[in-house]
Amino acid sequence: MIAFIGRRLGTMALTMLCLTLVVFFMVNLEPNLRKLAISQLDMRSSDEHIESWLVKNGYRDNFFVRYGRWLGVVQKQPYVDPDTGAVTPRFGYCDEPAEPHYGGILQGDFGCSTKFKTTVAAKLFPALGATGILMFWVMVVMVPVALLIGVLAGMREGTRTDRSLSVASITTTATPEYVSGVIFTVIFASWLGWLNGSAASATRVGITFSNFTLPVMTMAIYGIGYIARMTRASMVEVMTQQYIRTARLKGLAFNAVVVKHALRNALIAPFTVIMLQFPWLLTGVVIVEVMFRYQGFGFTLVEAAGNNDIDLLLGCSLVSVFVVLFTQLISDVGYAYLNPRIRVS
Amino acid sequence: MELEYLGGFQILFGVLWRFWPVWVALAIVLALSYAFKPRLGLYGQLFDTGVGVAGVVICLFWAFTAIFADIVSPFDPLAQIFVMKDALPGAIEPETGQAFLFGGDRLARDIFSRMVYGSQIVLVIAPAATLFALMVGTTLGLPAGYYGGRVDSILSFLANLVLAFPVILLFYLLVTPGIMDTPIPYAMAGLFFLFPIIFFCALFYTRFSGRPRLLVVQIGLTVLIGGWVYVGLVFDADPLGIISIRPNELNIFVAVVFASSPGVFRIVRGLVMDIKTRDYVAAAQTRGESPWYIMLWEVLPNARGPLIVDVCLRIGYTTILLGTLGYFGLGLAPESPDWGTAIKESSRLLRAYVHPALPPVVALMSFVLGLNLLADALREQSLKD
Repeated sequence: MIAFIGRRLGTMALTMLCLTLVVFFMVNLEPNLRKLAISQLDMRSSDEHIESWLVKNGYRDNFFVRYGRWLGVVQKQPYVDPDTGAVTPRFGYCDEPAEPHYGGILQGDFGCSTKFKTTVAAKLFPALGATGILMFWVMVVMVPVALLIGVLAGMREGTRTDRSLSVASITTTATPEYVSGVIFTVIFASWLGWLNGSAASATRVGITFSNFTLPVMTMAIYGIGYIARMTRASMVEVMTQQYIRTARLKGLAFNAVVVKHALRNALIAPFTVIMLQFPWLLTGVVIVEVMFRYQGFGFTLVEAAGNNDIDLLLGCSLVSVFVVLFTQLISDVGYAYLNPRIRVS
Repeated sequence: MELEYLGGFQILFGVLWRFWPVWVALAIVLALSYAFKPRLGLYGQLFDTGVGVAGVVICLFWAFTAIFADIVSPFDPLAQIFVMKDALPGAIEPETGQAFLFGGDRLARDIFSRMVYGSQIVLVIAPAATLFALMVGTTLGLPAGYYGGRVDSILSFLANLVLAFPVILLFYLLVTPGIMDTPIPYAMAGLFFLFPIIFFCALFYTRFSGRPRLLVVQIGLTVLIGGWVYVGLVFDADPLGIISIRPNELNIFVAVVFASSPGVFRIVRGLVMDIKTRDYVAAAQTRGESPWYIMLWEVLPNARGPLIVDVCLRIGYTTILLGTLGYFGLGLAPESPDWGTAIKESSRLLRAYVHPALPPVVALMSFVLGLNLLADALREQSLKD
């Protein structure tokens, strides 16, 4: 087991290295660098001005040297003004040591956000916290509802309950967040006026029922259908097993059979599915946070990508790739742990 | 100036009436399908269940809407008629006397026509991109599953690499206006569009290499047609001028193929690993058939059931992806009538006007729902055997 986890962690590190290299390459394409320079200077800057800004801030150095600096295996050089000889930081809002140093991801330094004019860490971690709260409530709503629907549909296959719940869950999987978000906003905010159509106040004032329900509902609804379908399939399979028949034949009530014998075995597969939902929830987070203007991770990612904020975008991709790979690992390990029939080879 | 309005029932009948070519086509296809049901195999069996009928009808409805978009829509989707700005549903346009059935949007365009034309964009790009992803995923997934070992490790690592990317981040990196100045989308298109040609050449070669005359014709046709499409799509230099694609559409197309082919790869690989243990594969190996013959002519046909179901689901997923691209304003032109862009435009103004948001939302949802129902019915039918 330890060797398995170790090997998986190794693959994970390699994947993260490759992916950040790809992201680094993409954000450093010529058009993107120009976009960054123009957003930092102003629209009417001349080409020489842009070029000198890029050279000054080290964007014209060798690609691998710069990737190494970001990673923390190549020293970062301080900027020395050629006229005065004085050491000045490149971006006034980030502290930059005056001597050459290693300052990259490996040292825990995420760099400097050019869009929000602060360090990446100061922007990214509060945003992650805000998204964490959103994710927590989504999980609280989504998992019990989905499991309940799945178990109810799966315990008596082919009945009317099963049919209607199945069609309902297919419908929710056909409804992406930007569709359900619009529909819910129209119904609950525009027509009924019960809820707030924007979660912008959640960041400033605090989370309330009226500003947080719509984002949570929108995100949960897409996942509910999928998890419910998986649970149903798993439940249907369990209900055909020999031990269920034995339990029925020895005279146990149907409800007792479902609760005591079927449920635990039927919930192994949905566990994996719920874990594998995290990467997809990440996409949902971006859509929902942009739609309801909630200042979390997804909102930050869109801002970073829209303005080609290199360090912030790299930080965001590192976090999201880590989440994806880590949940995959947990799902594999957890599956082996929950199901004694599976042996990790 | 005061606008005149139609009543609720008039709007409803107006909409139903505008779709008349679709109803006619739908009636013909359904009547033929029922008449020849026993001879239509899997497609015929779909009509046994309510879910299957619903799926087929919804999918055909949108397919015919896309085909007859010119007849169905009363107005040009891009034309702005200024008196109709933010008009409510049923407002009558004073000059032609035609009604804006679903009202006008912020830029005074007919929402109904935009929804109808939006189906054209979605129904061309989504299935085509899915088919290309299927080709790429199959061509790579077959050897990965069949040979295993190092080939499998390398290809699986690459697939997992792409899958570990959050889709949104991938799109923000791959579909930006700036990237069209670089050769990256063209290089990727050049690579991806090679796969169908390789696939069909390998398909014919492994089967008919003993009959050179037939083989020459087939390979020649594949290279000719494939090359024609290839030149038209990648270099936008179709000598006949039939196939052309705008750079931003190519960019979207490539990004969507790139994002969805690893998923196909994983499914094909899993299916092949399962099927290659069967007796008929062992029999073919004993006969001394080449590995690619076994993969393409023994394994692949037996994997078709789950693959067809997956393609249905995946077209729906690709539609959602296209909508996501439109929602974030990536790739498609801002005035483009596709559903994602329309949802983005209207969802910003939801506090002021609700009506522009609903038609594209319902359209996208119903189309994806139709595909999902179809996939569900297909799965049920293929499990029966």
